[in-house]
Amino acid sequence: MKKFDKERVLLAVAGPVIALAVAFVLSAIVLVASGKNPVEPFSIMFEQASFSDVQVRIINQASMYYIAALAVAIGFRMNLFNIGVDGQYQLAAMMAAIVGAHANLPAVLQIPLLLLTAVCTGAFWSGIAGVLKVTRGVSEVVATIMLNAIAVSVIAYLWLPNAFGVKVGNNNTTGEMHESGWVPGIDMGAAGEIYGLVVLAALLGIGYWIVLNRTRFGFDLRASGASESAAAASGVDPKRMVLTAMLISGGLAGLAGLPILLGDSHTYNLNFPTGIGFLGIGIALLGRNNPTGIAFAALLWAWLDKASPELDFHDYDKEIAVIMQGLIVLSVVVSYEAVREWGLRRQQRRVGAELAAGHVLGATDNVKKEVAGR
Amino acid sequence: MTAVELAGITKRFPGVVANHDIHLTVRKGTVHALVGENGAGKSTLMKILYGMQKPDEGTIAIDGAQVAFSSPADAIVRGIGMVHQHFMLADNLTVLENVVLGSEKLYGIGGKARRKIKELSERYGLGVRPDVLVEELGVAARQRVEILKVLYRGARILILDEPTAVLVPQEVDALFDNLRELRSEGLSVIFISHKLGEVLSVADEITVIRRGTTVGTAVPAETSPRQLAEMMVGSELPTPETAESTVTDRPVITVDKLRLEAFGGKALLDDISFTIHAGEILGIAGVEGNGQTELVDALIGLKGADSGTIALIDEEITAWPTRRRREQGIGYIPEDRHRHGLLLEAPLWENRILGHVTEKPNAKGVWLDPKGAQADTRRIVADYDVRTPGIDVTAASLSGGNQQKLIVGREMSSKPRFLIAAHPTRGVDVGAQAAIWDHIREARREGLAVLLISADLDELIGLSDTLRVIYNGKLVADADPATITPEELGSAMTGAATGHLEHQETPADTPETPETPDLGKSPESPEDEAR
Repeated sequence: MKKFDKERVLLAVAGPVIALAVAFVLSAIVLVASGKNPVEPFSIMFEQASFSDVQVRIINQASMYYIAALAVAIGFRMNLFNIGVDGQYQLAAMMAAIVGAHANLPAVLQIPLLLLTAVCTGAFWSGIAGVLKVTRGVSEVVATIMLNAIAVSVIAYLWLPNAFGVKVGNNNTTGEMHESGWVPGIDMGAAGEIYGLVVLAALLGIGYWIVLNRTRFGFDLRASGASESAAAASGVDPKRMVLTAMLISGGLAGLAGLPILLGDSHTYNLNFPTGIGFLGIGIALLGRNNPTGIAFAALLWAWLDKASPELDFHDYDKEIAVIMQGLIVLSVVVSYEAVREWGLRRQQRRVGAELAAGHVLGATDNVKKEVAGR
Repeated sequence: MTAVELAGITKRFPGVVANHDIHLTVRKGTVHALVGENGAGKSTLMKILYGMQKPDEGTIAIDGAQVAFSSPADAIVRGIGMVHQHFMLADNLTVLENVVLGSEKLYGIGGKARRKIKELSERYGLGVRPDVLVEELGVAARQRVEILKVLYRGARILILDEPTAVLVPQEVDALFDNLRELRSEGLSVIFISHKLGEVLSVADEITVIRRGTTVGTAVPAETSPRQLAEMMVGSELPTPETAESTVTDRPVITVDKLRLEAFGGKALLDDISFTIHAGEILGIAGVEGNGQTELVDALIGLKGADSGTIALIDEEITAWPTRRRREQGIGYIPEDRHRHGLLLEAPLWENRILGHVTEKPNAKGVWLDPKGAQADTRRIVADYDVRTPGIDVTAASLSGGNQQKLIVGREMSSKPRFLIAAHPTRGVDVGAQAAIWDHIREARREGLAVLLISADLDELIGLSDTLRVIYNGKLVADADPATITPEELGSAMTGAATGHLEHQETPADTPETPETPDLGKSPESPEDEAR
């Protein structure tokens, strides 16, 4: 039995390793094709990862990627494609910033209030797509993409001075948040500060694993993803499950922008990071919707982001990192499917072989029975 | 002379034998029917002939020459074409485009191809117009396009997989005219069906396949539908006799005037009323597609009733969702275990949880209890003789029979009060079949009420305490399983008889040997060959 456990781990690791290797090789080919040294950019980026200030920036960035990817992953686990994480986290961050600028409670209440605001905003925004799907059959992919576009317009409206906007020079902001809502960071000396909400990201990862693997709800959700028809026959209400998963996904997405908002920027302005939701899709894919895998994938992505600017100083284009991210996503899709099918077939063969050899669980005279059964 | 000769074909899947020592000879220029119940092994055999699967033993000869196919492309080269039950056409392309797709090298994609299509269409009376969009065509016309597609690729041997399943009677007649046309041009047709009347009207020869092996060959002129049905359902299997009656007077499930409508108002189930008591097995006989699936869906709660009521003991459950019904003691052995009974890529112990996630030993409160589920899975594996090296392997790696034993074990573990058993032994080997019957009988002794749906008439008659016949969404007849014979039941299934079926005693026909009536009427009666 242990054999199959070990094999599962092997299969789980084989996919990403193959994908990363292929992506590195392809990126090197791109570099060669453009007449550059195919190895040096990587060594520069690896060197960057050894600097403590870059490490801090990688961790800070990864925390946001991580939360966004968890939001995507929970949808993926039940075959629901929440492409709208991007709009959900931006809108949620803005609402949290606005509440933080106008409400002023003691920190023990203010911070939970801001978290709650973000969760509710994200869940509301994804919930629209969820309701459309269960009542009108609208594909959640289409609905969430539309909602992304609408979120951008809503944000632009809220930035107007006669709404909640505060002009600071040329920058649109939502005004400075009250200090009670600031989450103190972990001071790393000269290297900078790690966002306090990195801890939240880690807790969300643990919670994600527990909910999916150790609760009845998580089982229903995974069953829905594995086989909609089998889940329905097992007693899962498919519509309710779609709506619940969509709300949870959006709620998680709402938290994705908060590490930087409460830890650093303290306002929602034009410099607020965008696109984290889309990156989260690739990260969730690479991490196989598994909280540990996603953590590694988020760190990898953050490393590519934070180490690549250095390339510009060495006469390389920092866009190499973006090419690489794209290549990773492509190879991930191909290699995971290939590994999955290979593993499934391999297991079927091995089970057949083990049975033929008479290794049957709980039966002593199984060889005889096996023959009789034929 | 011989177009196709399959000899000694055996195909094993892990732990189960799908085809066993099959012999099939198709003469050139004939329509050869292959009949058998669902799951008898027809489709596996045709996949072997079409190169989609390789046989473990046996030989294939085409036009007298031995061949070995490694893919359908090889089979196509040897002149074999297959028309699948589900059409493989692109709606938004024209007939011409669909036909040349993938075979552009044969006659190009332009005028030459169009001429070829017209020529084929005229020669075989197919009436196919090359420039119409496929989406504008009806089902019968699409089927003719599929036939033309394989002819275009040079097929001389056509396999038609249940071609009449999607057609209305007039279209069936037209199809048969096409087939006769093909035959007269020297082509050979292998026609797969389980509709006996059609088979007898179109085939030159019939091969009957049952439980993975060929049981005999018949010539339509000398065979009646009855005799054919007997060959199909057979009786040399372990008979599922129910020894003593355990029926009580405590109703467990009461269905009253249940009606279920398709979108648009057509009745899928109409005026269905029955009561099953504790310790009673109610068997539902019927040709597939007459409302059995809908009845099961309505009982388990996957489809809401449009009118009528369902009651469990004394509680009305019509409005209950599926989960509540299962929690309150409705067990469910689904018709399609892959779609409704298993998570194929999940380990066995997670499949133990499926459908029983709120119950012990799988859960404690809102938390899952993997240890409890795993321990109970080991128990099921041992008690129900599920052949597996461990409980961490995926359900997909078990054979169909072992998957089914796992499902039966799971459903029985929660001590249901009412069990819906749809084809509980379909695709299961003989030994496992007897074991599943034993488990059902044992639970029945302890007061379980069972709704049994099966295509295996022996199973129905042998296990049931009461028999009802479903036809066109209605329960049209009832019968006493102690006296009824498979063929009497079979004729009621076609809608020919209604009301209470009385067993007709004839001198040559005794209830003890229901499989050999009319023996000796014709010296070459098919049962002789079958035995």
